[in-house]
Formats: sequence, C-alpha cells, structure tokens
Amino acid sequence: MSAVPFEAVLAAAAILFALGLVGLLVRRNLLFVLMSLEIMVNAAGLAFVAAGARWGQPEGQVIFLFVLAVAAAEVSVGLALVLQVRRHFKTLDSDAAGTMKG
Amino acid sequence: MMFYAAAAVAVIATALVVTRSNAVHALLYLVVSFLAVAVMFFTLGAPLLAALEIVIYAGAVVVLFVFVVMMVDLRPERPRRSAWTIPRAWAGPAALSLILLGEFLAALTARAARRLGPGPVPPKAVGLSLFGTYLLGVELAAMLLLAAVVGAFHLGSRRQASHHRFFEEGPR
Repeated sequence: MSAVPFEAVLAAAAILFALGLVGLLVRRNLLFVLMSLEIMVNAAGLAFVAAGARWGQPEGQVIFLFVLAVAAAEVSVGLALVLQVRRHFKTLDSDAAGTMKG
Repeated sequence: MMFYAAAAVAVIATALVVTRSNAVHALLYLVVSFLAVAVMFFTLGAPLLAALEIVIYAGAVVVLFVFVVMMVDLRPERPRRSAWTIPRAWAGPAALSLILLGEFLAALTARAARRLGPGPVPPKAVGLSLFGTYLLGVELAAMLLLAAVVGAFHLGSRRQASHHRFFEEGPR
C-alpha cells in the first residue's frame, strides 16, 4: 500500500469532487443533484482517509465516519424534500421549484 | 497498481453517473463508483471504512434512492435549450477551470512524492479513537441522525403535505 503516493490520492479525490460539482451544476433533475452531492461528500471523505493514511493515524477514518453520518442524514432529508417537491410541483425539475415564494 | 485501477474505475463511473439521462442507469453506475472507492479505501489501509462504504453508501443510500425512483415517474430530462447551453457560453469557464485543475495537479507533483504511512490503520485503533477521544462527536452524530429521522418523517408524511410554509403557493 505504501507504493501509492499521497498526491495521487488527493488528485483522485479532487477529480471526483469536481465531477460531482459538475453534476450538481448541470443537472436539473433533483435526484441527480442529490446523487452529485453524495459523490462530492464521498470525495471529501476520501481526502480525509488519505490524510489519515499518510500519517498512520486513525483520525482520518474517524472523521470519515462522521462524514458518513452527516451524508446519511442529508440524503434522507433530501429525498423526503424531493418527494414533497414531486407531490407539489408534479415534476422533479429543479427549475420548477424556482417558483417557490419561500 | 490496484489503487490506480480502482481510481480509474471510480472516475469513469462517476462521469457516467452525471451524464446518464435515466436515473436507474445512473444509480447502477453510482453503485460501481462507491464500490471502486471502497477498493481505494482498502488499498489505502482502511479496511473498516471499505466495509462501511459498501454497507452504508452502496447499500443503504442507494436503496433510499431506488425507493424514491420507484415512487416517482422517470421521464427523461428534457435537454435544456437556451442561451446558456451553447458551447461558446461554457467553453470559456470550462477551459479556465481546466487550467486551474492543471495548476492543482502541478502543485501536487511539484515536490517529491510523499508516501503513505507504514501500514494499515487497524479497526481496533479506529474504534478506540472513536469511542475514546471523539465520544462527544459520536453522541452529536446520534442526535443528528435522530433529527434526520424526525425531519424525514415530518416531510414524508402525506397528511401535512400542504402545511409547510415553504410549499405554499402565491405571493405572501
């Protein structure tokens, strides 16, 4: 495992995060927006794990567990909101939800 | 070598996730992406997280998505046709962002490569740290998950569908 340079892991995490960000920006379907959010959170966690492995400390993995809990909470509430939007606007298009007078 | 193969699979699968028009196909690629990241964790010496990535991300989160996909109809997204989608509009920002990505990669490779730690971090060390030093964080995460359960139940219950002030129509 020590054959992998730290920078390669960081680069992989950055590319995954960028892909998630692109999906978040260009997709209009709210389901895809949530999937892209999951990808971004996962990439951030990968950077934490890489840092933990770089110095051989367990803290990186501990932080990833917290990230996991936050992502699980986020996706459950987010999907419930998606169902509400679907029920109210009869579509999953995020542009349709722009008419909310919040 | 294993790491690079898994990273390539993860990047390709993620790129396919954000470009599919069918949500079920995207979810399949999302599972592949999570599995590839789990392999990356394993090669980075985090076997506990590799297992948790499969169980929670590739298992629970994707199952949640699948349930929502079953509840909503899956019409393919209409392609967005407006002044914002012509290549001239997004080519400039994309090229500049690629320059920034190249700078990031160059900054990462400018110095001699730093190796990872001497060996895998065993799950025992993770558990001792999690339930010792970071016990308060664990309790806060438990509170957060409880709040998420209550919030998801409140938002998901059909009776109160129109009682939420964010979803009321018309000028206020």
